[in-house]
Amino acid sequence: MRLILALAMLLLSTPAWAHKPSDSLLSLTVQHDRIEGRWDIALRDLDDAIGLDADGDGAITWGEVRSTHDEIAAYALSRLTITSGETHCPAQAPHQLIDNHTDGAYAVLLFTMTCPSAIETLQADYRLLFDLDAQHKGLLRLTHEGDITTAIFSQESPTRQFTISETSMWNQVQQYAHEGIWHIWMGYDHVLFLLALLLPAVLRRVAGRWEPTPDFLSAFWEVLAIVTAFTIAHSITLGVATVGLIALPSRLVESAIAASVVFAGISNLYPALVQRRRLVAFLFGLIHGFGFASVLSDLGLPRGSLALSLVSFNLGVEVGQLAIVAMFLPLAYGLRKSWTASLRGSTYRSVRLASSLATALLNSLFEHPADYRHNRAKYYRNSMSRKN
Amino acid sequence: MNGIRTLGWMITTGWLALSTPSLTFGEPFLPQQDAQVLEHLTVKATDPVAREIRALRASLLRDPQNMDVAVSLATKLIEQSRSEGDPRFLGQAQAVLVPWLNHPTPPSSTLLLRAMIRQHAHEFDLALADLDAVLSMQPANAQAWLTRASIYQVQGRYDEARRACQPLLRLAGRHVALTCSGDIAGLTGQAATSRQMLTASLDRPGISARERLWILTVLAEMAARTGDASAAEKHFFDARSLGVKDHYLIGAYADFLLDQGRTQEVVTLLQHETRADGLLLRLTLAEQALHLPVSKNHTAELAARFAAGRERGTRVHVREEARFTLALLRDPQTALTLAQANWETQKEPWDARLLLESALAADSWNAARPVIDWLHTNHVEDMRLQQLVVQFPEEQS
Repeated sequence: MRLILALAMLLLSTPAWAHKPSDSLLSLTVQHDRIEGRWDIALRDLDDAIGLDADGDGAITWGEVRSTHDEIAAYALSRLTITSGETHCPAQAPHQLIDNHTDGAYAVLLFTMTCPSAIETLQADYRLLFDLDAQHKGLLRLTHEGDITTAIFSQESPTRQFTISETSMWNQVQQYAHEGIWHIWMGYDHVLFLLALLLPAVLRRVAGRWEPTPDFLSAFWEVLAIVTAFTIAHSITLGVATVGLIALPSRLVESAIAASVVFAGISNLYPALVQRRRLVAFLFGLIHGFGFASVLSDLGLPRGSLALSLVSFNLGVEVGQLAIVAMFLPLAYGLRKSWTASLRGSTYRSVRLASSLATALLNSLFEHPADYRHNRAKYYRNSMSRKN
Repeated sequence: MNGIRTLGWMITTGWLALSTPSLTFGEPFLPQQDAQVLEHLTVKATDPVAREIRALRASLLRDPQNMDVAVSLATKLIEQSRSEGDPRFLGQAQAVLVPWLNHPTPPSSTLLLRAMIRQHAHEFDLALADLDAVLSMQPANAQAWLTRASIYQVQGRYDEARRACQPLLRLAGRHVALTCSGDIAGLTGQAATSRQMLTASLDRPGISARERLWILTVLAEMAARTGDASAAEKHFFDARSLGVKDHYLIGAYADFLLDQGRTQEVVTLLQHETRADGLLLRLTLAEQALHLPVSKNHTAELAARFAAGRERGTRVHVREEARFTLALLRDPQTALTLAQANWETQKEPWDARLLLESALAADSWNAARPVIDWLHTNHVEDMRLQQLVVQFPEEQS
């Protein structure tokens, strides 16, 4: 009878009020005999499991999470067993970051597992939190050479087995092309650089003044020439860097790419430089190619089909680039008249345009801590694979 | 606006549209300071509820075979899930019961709690199966009858629901039986009588705060359905004055205010309730009506949450998602599909309303047929539903 009274309220119909039940997100990327892992676990769940809120004030601080990193890693990784064939692959989790998900902050555990030999069958045994929360689920993304498999672990089905097969050539072409397209879209320094160079393509210089181009075709050829110069240049260095002929520190490359965007923006103020945009596109294209190469090496190049993945990735970059140009050209052409009018009004506006481009870029450089900006490609690849 | 600015703006927005892979999964970051607060827990360790739960957990740890302790702990956690609107507590309650539920014949008290957990997860048929098992062992279990009545009512099986309420007259307090059957009667054509009887039952001595909250919420929703806004307002006020935190009540009151066009009050009521999806949805609806810029962010946030919910492969948010898709995304076709799927599992006035509204918006009049039949067959008394139904051409004659 007491139970009845206590629970009488539960009888009202119960629509879904709350955020979702507990999930963790596990991403495993298999490369030969190694597994790169990223595991996002809700801080609230970790607090229930091992206690994070040391001072009991109801707020979990970074200090509290940071100081329990070893416990978090030990707790989580003892509940995830990965075996290749018959052998257990031990894990090392030196890094921990934070990510905000829709239902709160998560600890992001970055770990590496090393198996004794190349992985052919992979067995995953997931036991996180089931003893505390029977509705907890583990959402897995398993990536191998860009090929993504997903699985959901629950208390009822905590184990899964995966066959890591060599992907077909066509699949590989698709995957690397896809990565290339994404890279040009997501790594917006390339887009900014290109757009900054293309902006004046719908204009021409007549007697020291800006005039709108009379016809679409001449703007088209101008854009084509610049894009081609950029493409040839970055293809050269992408190839050279990927086969290992030249290696540049990625920090240097990133900074040089950043500088190229600023330069491209400002160069629009100097007619002499505007006339030489093809040359600028080519020279800086060489640097951007090194940027592409570092992404490609982050993706992990399959042995034996280096050329194929290199070409497919480059192809993807060009497709992504063409899509942007195809959007840009009609737009810029349509707006060119009002645009020259305002340029003529004062140089102030063009300065502003250049400086806004530069600012956008500087923001992109400095809004994140440098140590992971460095690894940006890797992170967005992880987040990408989750999305697919 | 000059051309450059337009161009810059278009490039920026185009870029943003391309570059945001998903709100649910951003890039991880390294917090810069130890003092940075990453997460607020809904319950502090020093709160009385948390202490109570911790004490129960500790005694279960000392005596893992003690089912009574496990049942008390699970009950507490289920209550907590309701007051906080957080399904995590349901999973925790279920985990506490696992040792007994794994028996070939689980004890009835644990099955009853699992039925409630399943009810909350919208696994209605599984919940009913658990209740059948409980009632075959304990035909006098009032809570089991009550839960069964509630599930039947949500499923629109009113005759079965009424029959499940009957045993309560002798097994539980008279007011419990009365509220159980009055809720159904109020929906199916006898609102006036039900309101009278339920209002009278509030004067009975010995009604707990939670029961009073239940009766007042039923009364408030019933008054709102019959168009008696001032009575509804009074019942909501009385219910909210009881000082029992309840997400269902807050949501129902917000819906009432939205229907009254009192959007500013909704913003005041819900501005700090952004954690629970259902409440964030209502807040966003109010913000949209007031043309507040923040409604855009909240819409994106909700879209991400629904997407994250889909990722785990379970769908309990279909009603909310239909409402979101119709009112905020303004995609009547998708909203209609969701509302139809939702109507397969549950048939409460809000489920009917969403299906009718989406069918109207999508010009799919035939899609509304099941709801219109349901309204006629059960003589459903609901002013808003009636107003919607007459907008369908065949109902106008």
